Amino acid sequence: MGAGHHHRLHLPGDSLVHRLPPQCKLAAVVCFALVVVATPREWFGLFAGYGALLAAVAVIARVPPGFLLRRMAVEVPFVLFAVALPFVGSGERTPFLGLSLSVAGLWAAWNILVKATLGVLASVLLAATTDPRMILLGAQRLRLPSLLVQIAMFMLRYLDVILAEMRRMRVARESRGFAARDVRHIPVIARSAGALFIRSYERGERVHLAMLSRGYTGSMPVLADESASSRQWLTAGMLPGVALAALLGVWGLA
Amino acid sequence: MSAETGTGTGTVPSLEVSRLAYAYPDGTQALFGVDLRLERGERVALLGPNGAGKTTLVMHLNGILTAGHGTVTVAGLPVGRDSLMEIRRRVGLVFQDPDDQLFMPTVREDVAFGPANMGVRGAELERRVVTALERVGMLQAADRPPHHLSFGQRRRVAVATVLAMEPEILVLDEPSSNLDPASRRELAEILRGLDVTVLMVTHDLPYALELCERSLILSGGVIVADGPTREILADPELLAAHRLELPYGFAIPGGAGAGRVGAGGAGDM
Repeated sequence: MGAGHHHRLHLPGDSLVHRLPPQCKLAAVVCFALVVVATPREWFGLFAGYGALLAAVAVIARVPPGFLLRRMAVEVPFVLFAVALPFVGSGERTPFLGLSLSVAGLWAAWNILVKATLGVLASVLLAATTDPRMILLGAQRLRLPSLLVQIAMFMLRYLDVILAEMRRMRVARESRGFAARDVRHIPVIARSAGALFIRSYERGERVHLAMLSRGYTGSMPVLADESASSRQWLTAGMLPGVALAALLGVWGLA
Repeated sequence: MSAETGTGTGTVPSLEVSRLAYAYPDGTQALFGVDLRLERGERVALLGPNGAGKTTLVMHLNGILTAGHGTVTVAGLPVGRDSLMEIRRRVGLVFQDPDDQLFMPTVREDVAFGPANMGVRGAELERRVVTALERVGMLQAADRPPHHLSFGQRRRVAVATVLAMEPEILVLDEPSSNLDPASRRELAEILRGLDVTVLMVTHDLPYALELCERSLILSGGVIVADGPTREILADPELLAAHRLELPYGFAIPGGAGAGRVGAGGAGDM
């Protein structure tokens, strides 16, 4: 039901992963990312292992690989940055296909690419299996600063309202023969953006009044505060747990 | 529903405003001594042109603005800094734009917001949410996000968010604005079925006639008329003097005589 028109990241389902309480999943993803980041970049085998772990989660959650790949697009800027590194890096250089690449740059690029990919993949899996609203609920239950959670919550609620307002302003502009074609039109767009900001600000004030009218005193009432069972924590903990065990194991051997 | 709650017996009015004056921080005087009294269970329309001070008055009723001079009393409890929480439970404000009122991710959470702030939890909270949504016929939408509802549905949910607090008095700001005729009629049926005191701020005169036996006209920061809606609407001079007009072609049903309504009540300047 909550799968809104705009939350394309979420893939509703009823798997083991979907049913886990959001706070467990959130904590698991953060811990997994920490383990990944803490892994020395030379230990290729471990990264393959981490990837296999995420693949296993995706299989359990019945998230198709194509869906994951398309949502990985957010990583593109990092990829571009990483690709540039071997060319601009300094120090020892190695020839490759007629190009001279920096060895240090290659290592740095590999480091960024593999860690970012694993982190993004874990996040996309979290978003795919958890309703955005539930992620916020999880953040609230993990005792994240309530002000931040509230800001994110309002963003989720009012994104559509503000987009609709933006659309109306564009239609109003175009109805009077305006079309943004070149640089000279930037001031018009900028003024629209300013007006949108003022409108949103005023709406914020009205929403605040509405909240005060219903007894808001600075913190959101925590409704249905179901805490997760230790079993659920254990299930969610498997992802970072196995990753950490592997890391420590290899460390012990090295 | 809240007829037995509150402090007193039937003799305590739901709302009593006396000599209320207010100037905005920039010095603009909006209210010049407003007096009004609503008995328990009454449905009263507050009519007035744009800029008459209607919204300013409404903001005083639950203590969002505090009186520069004069008092507001809700079911015997004066509005003051120490009584704010209880006042906001007793006075349910329904804002004009439901998008301002519905700020939670789902309808259910939004309706639960008010009572939860009052400390209601668990089964009682669930009962309040279900009852409030049933009374506006929106129970089936409980788990939907507000922005996926139609405008009329959102307005009804906004009424439910306030009903869930079991208020002494319901204050609606322009309840019929932007509603299509069917939604307008549905809302009227809902409001008529409620057993709470209602103060309806509007310039939709037929709507006032349909729902409220009594009307007040607020103009220039004072109450200039107070009487049966039918008589007030039958007085074209009074309406014209305060920038109010019946819609074209509208005749008061039943052909009431044009009883002249003077500056009734206690609002004389």
